[in-house]
Amino acid sequence: MGIRRLTMAGVRAGKAGIGAILASLSAWFVGAGMAFAEEVAGLPTDKAIHLQKSVSELKDDAIFFHDWILLPIITAIVVLVLGLLIWIVLRYNKRTNPTPARFSHNTTIEILWTVVPVLILVYIAFFSFSLMRKYENMPDPDVVVKATGYQWYWAYDFPELGVEGIESRLLPEARELESARAANVPFLLGVDNELIVPVNSVVQVQVTAYDVIHAFALPAFGVKIDAVPGRLNNLWFKARETGIFYGQCSELCGIDHAYMPIAIRVVTQKEFDDYIIAAGGKTRAQIAQEAAAAKLAEQQAAAEAAAAADTAEAAGASAVATDAATAASDAPAAATDGGSASAAAAAQ
Amino acid sequence: MATNASVAHDHHDDHDNHTPPFFKRWFYSTNHKDIGLLYIFFSIFAAIIGGGLSGLIRWELYEPGLQLFVEGSMLDSLGIFQGKHGYNAVVTAHALIMVFFVVMPATVGGFGNYFVPLMIGAPDMAFPRLNNISFWLLVAGFVLLVISLFVPGGVGASDKGFGGGWTVYPPLSNAQYHPGPSLDLAIFALHVAGASSILGAINFITTIFNMRAPGMTLHRMPLFAWALLVTAFLLLISLPVLAGAITMLLTDRNFGTSFFIPAGGGDPVMYQHLFWFFGHPEVYIMILPGFGIVSHIVSTFSKKPVFGYLAMAYAMVAIGVVGFVVWAHHMYTVGMGFNLRAYFVMATMIIAVPTGVKIFSWIATMWGGSIDFKVPMLWAIGFIFLFTVGGVTGVVLANNAIDTSLHDTYYVVAHFHYVLSLGAVFSIFAAFFYWFEKMFGVKFNELLGQIQFWIMFIGVNVIFFPQHFLGLQGMPRRYIDYPEGFAYWNKVSTIGYLITIVGVGVFFILLIEAAIRRRKAEANPWGEGATTLEWTLSSPPPYHQFSQLPVIKDDGHH
Repeated sequence: MGIRRLTMAGVRAGKAGIGAILASLSAWFVGAGMAFAEEVAGLPTDKAIHLQKSVSELKDDAIFFHDWILLPIITAIVVLVLGLLIWIVLRYNKRTNPTPARFSHNTTIEILWTVVPVLILVYIAFFSFSLMRKYENMPDPDVVVKATGYQWYWAYDFPELGVEGIESRLLPEARELESARAANVPFLLGVDNELIVPVNSVVQVQVTAYDVIHAFALPAFGVKIDAVPGRLNNLWFKARETGIFYGQCSELCGIDHAYMPIAIRVVTQKEFDDYIIAAGGKTRAQIAQEAAAAKLAEQQAAAEAAAAADTAEAAGASAVATDAATAASDAPAAATDGGSASAAAAAQ
Repeated sequence: MATNASVAHDHHDDHDNHTPPFFKRWFYSTNHKDIGLLYIFFSIFAAIIGGGLSGLIRWELYEPGLQLFVEGSMLDSLGIFQGKHGYNAVVTAHALIMVFFVVMPATVGGFGNYFVPLMIGAPDMAFPRLNNISFWLLVAGFVLLVISLFVPGGVGASDKGFGGGWTVYPPLSNAQYHPGPSLDLAIFALHVAGASSILGAINFITTIFNMRAPGMTLHRMPLFAWALLVTAFLLLISLPVLAGAITMLLTDRNFGTSFFIPAGGGDPVMYQHLFWFFGHPEVYIMILPGFGIVSHIVSTFSKKPVFGYLAMAYAMVAIGVVGFVVWAHHMYTVGMGFNLRAYFVMATMIIAVPTGVKIFSWIATMWGGSIDFKVPMLWAIGFIFLFTVGGVTGVVLANNAIDTSLHDTYYVVAHFHYVLSLGAVFSIFAAFFYWFEKMFGVKFNELLGQIQFWIMFIGVNVIFFPQHFLGLQGMPRRYIDYPEGFAYWNKVSTIGYLITIVGVGVFFILLIEAAIRRRKAEANPWGEGATTLEWTLSSPPPYHQFSQLPVIKDDGHH
């Protein structure tokens, strides 16, 4: 798609252009991330003036949209208004212009300042809607996670993989600035159990809440969605780097609203599989294998039944043979049903 | 705009100034000018409280770690706003006070009451007694809200006040999570304040439609009166929806209904739709009177008629109408369907068009003018620039695709403080100084006014501009504490608050100086540029004005 190409070209240009300017602007500080273990990859940077670093395509596009579409336009508008005001202050004060003009209409310019903003908005909307669509059109997910907000922690399930009830709470030492520094954990961000997901995989997060409304947000992936009791909301991301990425609850949820971070550890596929197995679940490959095995077993059973029917046919009347043929043709269908039923059972 | 009034008023003064004795004048008042002044003083009083609360917020956020809302702190020893719940209660109260008891009383109740009748050549408001009860209901609402801060609210024993934000989203506002009576009191406060505003709105609409002086057609009516007319309609249509929503919340809390409780089949998101159906017009209610004020000031000090008068009037009508169909842009992340969000993106961005017309028309009004940069004009130009900044960040946030990253972060806080704290409040200061002599009959000190403007202009920008950066880095709103990555700009923001406090101090010195010196005001201190009817009257105007109605002739400028 044309948009997509433009977008990626822009991101590359962004890295060379505004990105470089912003980077040089913020080059004189020492990032807070440096203080922690090397694996910490996504958290706010002190003194920064730009969007948090991206490790997903959605966020790349969001940064492009902000830095290359919106920011230049709004900066130009503000500079234009400021420039006109400065010109007015210099040129049309009572000393330089003692006799005021009396005009109060100019149809041309009025049409101009109505139509030009409309065109600018259409231009913005073009990029805006294409990015919205990208957020909306989730590819087939490789991993499905259910995130549930509680006062004041998150719980994660991998419903398809049979791993459930991972509670992710702020580390006690991360609650206080002093103890967090002593323990070398990110203040207000470090958690006991991170949400672990594989790198370069489409992760679907189904978000809901148990008690009050929370919001699941992860700046490095450019995602955020409310966790509403009684509703199941959806977001997806595909992280291209391993490391730990932090977000924070983004809907006021009570006294410890600031104390329920979201921490996602992105690992390699193998590490993820090992983690899932260690947690008592099954990997996708295992589930697929089991489903295939179950299907095979069903097919074998059907074949045996057909063979038995053949034997019966050899021994019996032709009327029986018709019934047996029907049974044999039903058997594969039953096997398919059985396979999807077992997959569904695994998903529960 | 209408200019020529053909009446001399001076010989009426004997009859006009039979002012009642003090108690009767200020407590039973049915005079629109007295009620206007009551509203303005009430607004200043509420602003001291609401602004003080924001000081507690900035104090707490000065650096990472808990300083103020923690055991053993100053607040703890005073026994108010204790602990983290106290912080949430302060954030909530700051917003509610600023919206309902500072900005609305100042623009609508204060300047609207005082100047709409004067500008349209009416002797008073249509329903003077309704006007009186509007004001005292507001006082009652404020008392209820302040009481709500000191009664049990949250689940903890010491959790006084309601800590769920001014939006009062359930389920956090349900009885399970805020069992105390605090929120019930706050809901009553909003009911009472809402009734006050609805009565006021009825009064404005009736006055403007029925009591214009002969010749004052709607298309000759000053833009401030137009602004108040649109504002009154917004109030009348939106406030009942808020009243309905919070009443449903009240019955959910106390009488076992389940409008917003998922376990009972309700939907918390429905509350958000109802709230923002009110909440979005509400932000235009706060800013539209400012639009009107700025038009007059810009025209007066440029000594030029307002550029594109009709476009300016109908831009406000357009903003008011479209303002009713954009509410869900506050809710992009609740999980609405794609088409719904796409509609709200487009509708929201369309508002930028009439807003742009207004900004450029103000600039065109100044263009070619002979501008006198007096204090009100400084505030008006400050308004135009800062509202532009707040407006363009609004266009950014209108885009769902980027709002996903910025929703509920400090970027939003920066945006709405640029349009309200720096927009609406700047327009209030502009109006206050523009009409200072007219209302109080004394002059203020020009130098003190200029000093105050520059200190506050710098201060509020230092507070709020860095909050854009915090939001871009992802700092969520309503956080009592934050990771170290947000430390620097939070510190800068708090320093900005301290600068602003100095500016507020200069403001009070200015008031005291003006009260002590009592320099006699002129009827029209601004000269030829000030063309609306209030400048044809003495300063302050007679107790009852226009007992002979002025006749308005077309001045040929539109």
